[in-house]
Amino acid sequence: MDSTWVFIGVFFALAPLLAAAPIVIGHYLGPSKPNPIKNDVYECGLKTVGDAWVRFKVQYYLFALVFLIFDVELVFLYPWAVAYDMLPTFAVLEGLLFIVMLLAALVYAWKREALDWYD
Amino acid sequence: MAFLQDPTLIVEWLRQLLLGWGLSPALTSLALYVLGALALATGPLLWVIFLIWFERKAVARIQDRLGPNRVGKYGLLQPFADVLKLLTKEDIIPAKADKFLYWMAPILSLAGVLLLWPAVPLGKGIGGNVNVAVLYLVAVGTLSTFAILVAGWSANNKYALLGAFRTVAQMISYEVPIVLALLVPVLLARSMNLQAIVAAQDVWFVVAAPLPALIFFVASIAEVGRTPFDLLEAESEIIAGFHIEYSGMKFAMFFAGEFLHAFTVGVLGAVLFFGGWRGPGAEAYPILGLFYLWLKAFLLYFVIVWVRGTFPRVRIDHLLDFTWKFLTPLALVVLMATAVLDKALVRAGAWPRALGLLVVNAVIWLLAQRWLRKVEKRLEPPMVAQPGQYPVARYTPPEPQAAEGD
Repeated sequence: MDSTWVFIGVFFALAPLLAAAPIVIGHYLGPSKPNPIKNDVYECGLKTVGDAWVRFKVQYYLFALVFLIFDVELVFLYPWAVAYDMLPTFAVLEGLLFIVMLLAALVYAWKREALDWYD
Repeated sequence: MAFLQDPTLIVEWLRQLLLGWGLSPALTSLALYVLGALALATGPLLWVIFLIWFERKAVARIQDRLGPNRVGKYGLLQPFADVLKLLTKEDIIPAKADKFLYWMAPILSLAGVLLLWPAVPLGKGIGGNVNVAVLYLVAVGTLSTFAILVAGWSANNKYALLGAFRTVAQMISYEVPIVLALLVPVLLARSMNLQAIVAAQDVWFVVAAPLPALIFFVASIAEVGRTPFDLLEAESEIIAGFHIEYSGMKFAMFFAGEFLHAFTVGVLGAVLFFGGWRGPGAEAYPILGLFYLWLKAFLLYFVIVWVRGTFPRVRIDHLLDFTWKFLTPLALVVLMATAVLDKALVRAGAWPRALGLLVVNAVIWLLAQRWLRKVEKRLEPPMVAQPGQYPVARYTPPEPQAAEGD
């Protein structure tokens, strides 16, 4: 099993290199004639107004928060599912209770309109 | 033909060869890992070239066009011509961009998809045998989301930024149903190892868990960001979204990453729900298993292409409602029902268990349909043009104004 992880480690080192190779080759193969207009921001043909690195509406952040709660809690269910054969009825019920709590959290977020999209 | 029955022989042969050259055993192992990783990564990368041709051709036929048909027989050489063209294009780097992140994003995009492959079992005894493979897939699968976020942010372009923000909302939201749907095969197989999940599928899991399979499939299409969920690059609204400032080979890497991701979704779907490499004769000849896996993955990939060629893009509020208010609750309910029934039927055979779960899935689906109808009635009725009242744009000329100075 350890050897599998060594292999994945090697793969982690190699995969970005393989992805980078064509980009680097293309960088040196193509012509290079930069000029200020070509390297300008491409928006609407008009001159761009200000920077794009701005604060943006909180809407997107809310979804990230709800996601974070769900994803972190869901990971706890994986060991529960793997060990399912060994679980007594009590542990199964406890797992179900956990899912019901997740469902309740979803309903709460729903009723608080955290999941609605405002224009 | 011993090789056909045991492909690991080739590894042994290579090991003996390298040892014969006088390499130390540790160095030999490392060299074999590097060779294996190269083979595993280059295979999908070359396959992408064919996928691009196939998808262009298939979508074209669906939309009543011809698709590529000039370069080579059936346009088969078209992707090669494209690669040559993109390779020799000027590499434009916007002056205002964050240079380091701008370079990293396309690399991360393709590498993130490639990294899914070591966990996939390709046949009996070949391919991934990772003990926490499902968790690994969830963790590594998020990397391509990062790539898009990084691309959108680094380009310093407002359309790119909008595309990146949409991505965050969309991909993050569809991650939840995927994680939930993945739990069901794990529960049925009692293992996170994909090799064990394949081994447990005497009856394909799609029979016992059709709803999780459907949820996984739909949410994965959204995760890849394909039509009808391609809001992150919506050409007609934000031009090309996150990759608007990219050109040449960097753009091609995003493109290749997306296509490969779509095919990888097919592979994962085949492994998790359609029996992976299993098929007649696959036990005796592992290479045959590789073929079965490829066939199943390709059929699933074709469905993804079919969906792309058929459906229009959804709106962002519909998109988010669909995952949070339909897929996620549905997945939670199915998970609970599966857990309870699986415990109850633990002594029954494989087929009764699968059929029992199938019935439960069908009942949940019917209930969900009824609930949807109820919700639909409460929504405002869609605009329907009545005969004689078709909305017609009329031009009313402005009133003639008196000339100034009169």
